[in-house]
Amino acid sequence: MSDTAVNHYVSELHRLQKEMGCDNLARLREAAIGRFQSQGFPSTRQENWKYTDVRPLTRMPFSLPETGMVADHEAWLNEARLPGLDCHELVFVNGRFSAELSRTDGLPEYVVLKNLAVALEEDRTLIESLIGEDNADSNPFNTLNTAFILDGVLLSVPTDCIIDIPVHLIYLSGFSDEGFAAHPRNIIALEANASVTVIENYVGADNSRYFTNTVTDAFLQENSSLTHYKLQQEGRGSYHIGNFNILQAASSRVYSHSISLGGSLVRNDIHAELKAEGAEIALQGLYMGTGKQHIDNHTRIDHLSPSTQSRENYRGVLNDQARGVFNGKVVVHKDAQKTDAAQSNANLLLSDFAEVDTKPELEIYADDVKCSHGTTVGQLDQDMLFYLRSRAIDEETARSILTYAFAEEIITQIDLQPVREYLEYRVIGRLPDADLIKEFTV
Amino acid sequence: MLNIKNLHVTVDDKEILKGLDLTVNAGEVHAIMGPNGSGKSTLANVLAGREGYTITKGSIDYEGKDLSGMAPEVRAREGIFLAFQYPVEIPGVNNIYMLKAAVNAKREYIGEPPLDAVEFLNLVKEKVKLVKLKEELLNRSVNEGFSGGEKKRNEIFQMAVLEPRLAILDETDSGLDIDALKIVAEGVNSLRNRDRAIILVTHYQRLLNYIVPDQVHVLFDGRIIKSGHRELALKLEEKGYDWVKSEAAA
Repeated sequence: MSDTAVNHYVSELHRLQKEMGCDNLARLREAAIGRFQSQGFPSTRQENWKYTDVRPLTRMPFSLPETGMVADHEAWLNEARLPGLDCHELVFVNGRFSAELSRTDGLPEYVVLKNLAVALEEDRTLIESLIGEDNADSNPFNTLNTAFILDGVLLSVPTDCIIDIPVHLIYLSGFSDEGFAAHPRNIIALEANASVTVIENYVGADNSRYFTNTVTDAFLQENSSLTHYKLQQEGRGSYHIGNFNILQAASSRVYSHSISLGGSLVRNDIHAELKAEGAEIALQGLYMGTGKQHIDNHTRIDHLSPSTQSRENYRGVLNDQARGVFNGKVVVHKDAQKTDAAQSNANLLLSDFAEVDTKPELEIYADDVKCSHGTTVGQLDQDMLFYLRSRAIDEETARSILTYAFAEEIITQIDLQPVREYLEYRVIGRLPDADLIKEFTV
Repeated sequence: MLNIKNLHVTVDDKEILKGLDLTVNAGEVHAIMGPNGSGKSTLANVLAGREGYTITKGSIDYEGKDLSGMAPEVRAREGIFLAFQYPVEIPGVNNIYMLKAAVNAKREYIGEPPLDAVEFLNLVKEKVKLVKLKEELLNRSVNEGFSGGEKKRNEIFQMAVLEPRLAILDETDSGLDIDALKIVAEGVNSLRNRDRAIILVTHYQRLLNYIVPDQVHVLFDGRIIKSGHRELALKLEEKGYDWVKSEAAA
């Protein structure tokens, strides 16, 4: 059924290759599309895709976007910008970098921060050495992204370099009459003891159909630290597939916050490999679906070395006929003694028609480990609701307050104040009686 | 103020209240006593409007209004207050803002302008002294991390701020040590006035040493089987409930 769709992307790629002429990465792309052809789009018969049917996405022949600026970009940028946040900002419109809208001055020496189209020219060897690794097992969308590698970000932070000012990547999408696909690729490479905060912010127009197929690869050398925020606020008619691949060396630390609010069909994959002793990762996530949104979060953490630690806490709020999926897999490999892994997923269903499939998975091949997981699916607590109503607060407001309080648990974990406040505002904005609820937050 | 006639209430199709009559006038304090399972908490919950309690017969008249079918928030705005037996913890919801929203929802209902932040805080500062509640607790999530005694004091503090016409205290004394009990009782006593009625639902006579009721009722098997004055409570403590039961059966 999806052969037509696969073929569409193959011929799109060949068109691209011709356009690009003798591009440095032609061979990489060609190899990737070959792999993608043999993989095809995933079907619900595959365990990893059991609850997420990507057929709606394959029915539409998304082409590469027209390049060029849009008229009302300032208004959209204001939507995306985080008030009070001092940051380096790279802006992409329909998948293509806009130098005019971006500002990256004042970075420390030797830090590389540039859009990938430029980096592909200047740093080809580095890029090939980093992303040459994706193999036949990887997610087909990841492969598809490699096939269409064109633009995105390269961020390389040298040894001992601590970047205090966050890097904000803004992806504005949907300013095109035709459905288009963008395949942004972000590469983050941190040398030993380096540290940086990266915010990926996907913002799109509700009235257009498009497909964002994004991949971020993070490579952390010894004792480096990455704080990563993904704010997914795509347009309501869009498809968003994201892969976040993380490789961690000894004592490196990753703090990931994934907030998914937009899109019609959304899949966020995080795959972390803790490859050496003392590596730590903490994953926080919040997904909120209304209407007929489908939001799937898949995470996989491989503990490959001793004394590695993972923490995971995801929360979902699903209303109307929205559907959520959480699949969190933790694999403790044979040599990974003293692994410490804890995972929890809690879901709030606000309507009788909302649905969630939650599946924590633990695979343990070592014998001296500490692992736990827990998952809950529930409705608003009737006792809490009655308590608030008995204090003169009307039912709708009480429901909104409790819903917000549930989501807030993930948001309060965010240390970066402008991000936290922006998200509070965004999340509250999705609930009735927004002004009143603002006051209640602890 | 409150006039309950022949009230029958079922919970999950099981009849709990079986023809209860009770009249409470403004300015009065009534104690409802009775053994476990007699329907005391059901009465408190029915008055506050909790879901899951079905009135199958009889009526509740409050200030000339029929309470049945009235939403809990509307009852609260009409001046009914329930101090919970088990005050629930609500993580993520600020205590003080909940209370401010409560006060202003009531004020809006009766056509008064909302209190601004300063006015409200002055009110809070004044009332919080009544129950000797630590002020830093107020800025936490509702009841989260409060001790048992602090939760009960918080209920009375809320009562003081909301100034209800009819307050129902559901086993407010349970789980309190004697010092905490005195503080709570003093708080309640300071809120007694001729416009306000209070219903104390309690297991033990002990509370009534500190809050002296105008009337004491014995609730048994869903009905009030005996009413009297304070001495009745003392006699109950001394002799238990059996003699009342056999007297009622006779």
